[in-house]
Amino acid sequence: MMLTHERIQEKLNEKFGAGVLQWEESYDMLTVIAPKELNLKILQYLYEEEELSFRFLTDICAVHYPEQTGAELAVVYHLHNLVANVRLRLKVFTAVETPDVFTATSIFPGANWMERETYDFFGVNFVGHPKLKRILNVDEMDYFPLRKEFPLEDQTRIDKDDEMFGRGGSYN
Amino acid sequence: MSEHSVVHHIPLPEGSIQKQTTTMNLGPTHPATHGVFQNVLELDGETIVDAEQTVGYIHRAFEKLAERRPLYQVTPITDRLNYCSSPINNMGWHMTCEKLLGIQTPKRVDYLRVIIMELARIADHLICNSIVGVDTGAFTGFLYVMQYRELIYEIYEEVCGSRLTTNIGRIGGFERNFNDTAFQKLEKFLKEYPEVLQEFEKLFNRNRIFMDRTQGGGAISAERALAYSFTGPNLRAAGVDYDVRVAKPYCSYEDFEFDIPVGTTGDNYDRFMVRNGEMWQSLRIIEQAYRKVQDFKGAEAEVFHADVPEYYLPEKKDVYTKMEALIWHFKIIMGEIDIPKGEVYHAVEGANGELGYYLISDGGRTPYRLHFRRPCFIYYQAYPELVKGGMLSDAIVTMSSLNLIAGELDA
Repeated sequence: MMLTHERIQEKLNEKFGAGVLQWEESYDMLTVIAPKELNLKILQYLYEEEELSFRFLTDICAVHYPEQTGAELAVVYHLHNLVANVRLRLKVFTAVETPDVFTATSIFPGANWMERETYDFFGVNFVGHPKLKRILNVDEMDYFPLRKEFPLEDQTRIDKDDEMFGRGGSYN
Repeated sequence: MSEHSVVHHIPLPEGSIQKQTTTMNLGPTHPATHGVFQNVLELDGETIVDAEQTVGYIHRAFEKLAERRPLYQVTPITDRLNYCSSPINNMGWHMTCEKLLGIQTPKRVDYLRVIIMELARIADHLICNSIVGVDTGAFTGFLYVMQYRELIYEIYEEVCGSRLTTNIGRIGGFERNFNDTAFQKLEKFLKEYPEVLQEFEKLFNRNRIFMDRTQGGGAISAERALAYSFTGPNLRAAGVDYDVRVAKPYCSYEDFEFDIPVGTTGDNYDRFMVRNGEMWQSLRIIEQAYRKVQDFKGAEAEVFHADVPEYYLPEKKDVYTKMEALIWHFKIIMGEIDIPKGEVYHAVEGANGELGYYLISDGGRTPYRLHFRRPCFIYYQAYPELVKGGMLSDAIVTMSSLNLIAGELDA
């Protein structure tokens, strides 16, 4: 049987309750948004359930939405069922003050560095990660550079007049 | 596993020549590492007991940079990921944009892109494989194939003007049509390269010294490779036939007939053989694509971009002489064009694995967030597992046969 998006929705809703998960579909990819406490349970269910078998972790990254109070950080998992050739995106949101999300390293050893990178740039604290320390940036860095509050360019510079290029004001 | 830091100076059993293991820094500027990689190795004689990688030496914050750049200005960033095959990165990015913007490219554009992408794959693989040769002590192959990388670069040059960091193409197609010189050079390449590749294979494939050096070293099982999210030739060498070109065809790859070479043991030798096999398949694809391109007649044979004036940069000579073209050029470059909201994940088969672009647009002039799924970064974490228990000299071969590119690793 083909593993359709409807079937994935049905299976997950059945397991975790229909009201718990939110669904989106954009550009051929099904996205499930789950409470962050459930991320590991969902990943495990997706991995172990024979029909779903999402056993390949393509990627983990995070996104910062500063205006969503209480759910500023999104951790995004891209999963792939290589047999049925279906991709699935899983998102969990967490508050930036308590960015604790369970680690996926127990299911996917490859999640190790992906989570370290996510921690490095967004400060997502992956609970249970075997070695959560910075990976691409220097160890001494005391902020998480991909968060939106850090503008790209040094704001104290006065030798560049960005207004001339339509970049003044709130744009950074 | 790479979770724990390396334990230094482990006592060795009674009767050993040394009392304890030796700690050695391999890199970051060691000539045998082909890039800025550092490994802290714990050695018992010449045998590796433990290893730990340090990455990030050439981290340039591409994902942050991309958040301030309109779509076209992101293309030069992608050049600098895997710089051995930049056209694949460029076109992968343009295809991601096209997916977001809903642009359909004409078939001829797809075929021309396929030609360039497969040339880039050959350029990448021939470097990787010949470097494996160099690291095992065979320099000849490296010099021998190098002139054909030069020829590939000349073809790039005819198409886009640059060689290494190509910045090739536009959203919707190419900046100009392929000229006759480009096609002549392509024909020359298709005619001469098979012979060279054959000779290259003769030097290595059944060479006893080479086989002894590479077989069994740096092996990984299919199961572990999948668990570590390996993709590309490294995964296929372990026996899994996953290739994005087939699993989710982009750029009309479904129109071509080609095989996916797979290995069995996932060791250095299999990786080498899979890359050689892929070069033959790439040649097959290029030949088919070239024939298909020649089949276009009349006005169709002149098509080299989609008709999307909102996103496709106007021709340079128009920009210099016509006001409208100048305005459009300026608007596109400065990011004054509206791009739709949306989230796109687009993957292409890069030369060393699945290269993914996760683009989130909030409708602003720049990506709200752009994440590169860089195959190197993901499979390099398995390196200690691959080299542990082996000899130091095999670790060098393993590193080059993984096709690690520092630019992509560190983004």
